Amino acid sequence: MKADRCTADPRGVLTGTHFIDGDHACCEGALAAGARFAAGYPITPSTEVVERFAARVPKVGGTFIQMEDELAASITLQGAVWGGAKAFTVTSGPGFSLMMEHIGYAVMTETPCVFVDVQRGGPSTGLPTLPAQADMMQARWGSHGDYEIIALCPNSPQECFDLTITAFNLAEEFRVPVMFMMDEVVGHMTEKVVIPPADEIEITPRRHTRKSVEDYLPYGTNGDGVPEMAHAGEGYNFHVTGLTHDERGYPNMTPPVQDKLVRRLQSKIRNAADRICLFEEEQLEGADVVVVSYGITSRVAQRAIESAREMGLRVGKLRLITAWPFPEKKIRNLAAKVKAFVVPELNLGQMVHEVQRAADGQARTFAVSHAGGGVHKPEDILKVIVEASKCRIV
Amino acid sequence: MQLTEIRVAGFGGQGVILSAILLGKAASIYQGAYATMTQNFGPEARGGACSAQLVLSDSPILYPYITQPDILVVMSQEAYVRFGPELKDGGIMIVEQDLVRVSDLDIHKEIQIYSIPATRIAEELGKRMVLNSVMVGFFTAVTRLLDADAVRKAVADSVPPSFLKLNLQAFEKGFEYGVSALTTAPNTSDAELQLQYSPE
Repeated sequence: MKADRCTADPRGVLTGTHFIDGDHACCEGALAAGARFAAGYPITPSTEVVERFAARVPKVGGTFIQMEDELAASITLQGAVWGGAKAFTVTSGPGFSLMMEHIGYAVMTETPCVFVDVQRGGPSTGLPTLPAQADMMQARWGSHGDYEIIALCPNSPQECFDLTITAFNLAEEFRVPVMFMMDEVVGHMTEKVVIPPADEIEITPRRHTRKSVEDYLPYGTNGDGVPEMAHAGEGYNFHVTGLTHDERGYPNMTPPVQDKLVRRLQSKIRNAADRICLFEEEQLEGADVVVVSYGITSRVAQRAIESAREMGLRVGKLRLITAWPFPEKKIRNLAAKVKAFVVPELNLGQMVHEVQRAADGQARTFAVSHAGGGVHKPEDILKVIVEASKCRIV
Repeated sequence: MQLTEIRVAGFGGQGVILSAILLGKAASIYQGAYATMTQNFGPEARGGACSAQLVLSDSPILYPYITQPDILVVMSQEAYVRFGPELKDGGIMIVEQDLVRVSDLDIHKEIQIYSIPATRIAEELGKRMVLNSVMVGFFTAVTRLLDADAVRKAVADSVPPSFLKLNLQAFEKGFEYGVSALTTAPNTSDAELQLQYSPE
């Protein structure tokens, strides 16, 4: 069951054609999506998102709080969500690390919210002003326990706007924290961004219950695995805890309740993966080699793909817009038809392992790694495409 | 327009980034082309080295950075020394003539150099801050890459209303200076020739 649809509140929508960077576009996307609260501990290269939000949101009736640290920011936004707001926080690697505990809390309490991570080089303080894509596995697995989240990877300022709205919509639809995985290049790159009229922007409203106070169960579901929320202050009883809880929201730390809850948290995302997974494909039919990339690297890879095609190679493109849940089915089906996958990314090998796992031995997998601090040279990706196209099918 | 790579470089506070934004906005919003701008700067707000990279094209831009600029705008000696050598053979160099002493510093390529005392012109207009609009006007005239009205519109919707008139004046001053530079010095790649334009 899909949630009801509605359109954006025009007060938050800066309709028009702009020449702005990805960070600012992300902020505008959040405002258009209806976000009226952000808590943050500003950090390069994500600062511009909240800098703009802090200036813009009071005019549309919202709040930005600069918190004492990232732990505070990542839990304060969840308080705002339970109070009725759409809320998010923005950070980069070092702050993202500190937020992991509360990402787990948002998963467990099914708090719809968005975490924006403008990735920079790591580990630790690393390269504050330079790009990387090395938080991809952290986005998926950074908090403890078993869980599923959703993660999106924009590759342009326009997508920073469009997909931030998608991120908020998915968060509401599945009651899950959505990771918005930008990178420094996309965040600081300035391009044309078209913001449509508010009535053309689809917004997924919160799943508010229509049940009576007596019938409402905070963590009961109607079959699609996603519970409904109550309006705070309208007399509904609810209890929010990170402890394993029953349908009433009360702690119940027994194996059967744990099994039911944790499997539901996982399956509500996995069962809808086909619908959540967004990707862009090109010339996959008849391809020998498919280049799988995401974020800024997808644009660099495109140059390499075009050069390879000029050399007569049959190269397809699969750009991951949704990184998590990982489009396993898509890769598995392709693996049966192609010789190899080439996976360039600004890390020493993260999503490539997922590609390899999903290919399950049917096709070879080649990483094109980069430790971060810049983008690949297109010729480095081209070299691996050429090598991959010569490989024999396993 | 075919793929054109531009670097604008100088000190923080000179409006380096805004210059690139004005040109990118003119191309992508008012001229129907594509523009991608990226920037590099140090931790300082003012006075540190600062540079912007701008790629313009008629087709969507993939690779976000410049590889070898077709046009280089330098507003400091440091920027000239650092980025001068990367300019493409046959490229155009635009210099702030009071701040950059052009020498034949390992630039042995056939390039065209156009210089303008943009800061001085801005000061004469009453506000040093508008030097970037002077520079953008000069750029528009000498490169003939962008439609002047598109750039005027970009200037008009990018500056605070209270400084609109001044910035448009600055743009026109720079533009006029550029138009006359084109007629008086079509090819000034000779460094010696440049030196005679220097203040001292």
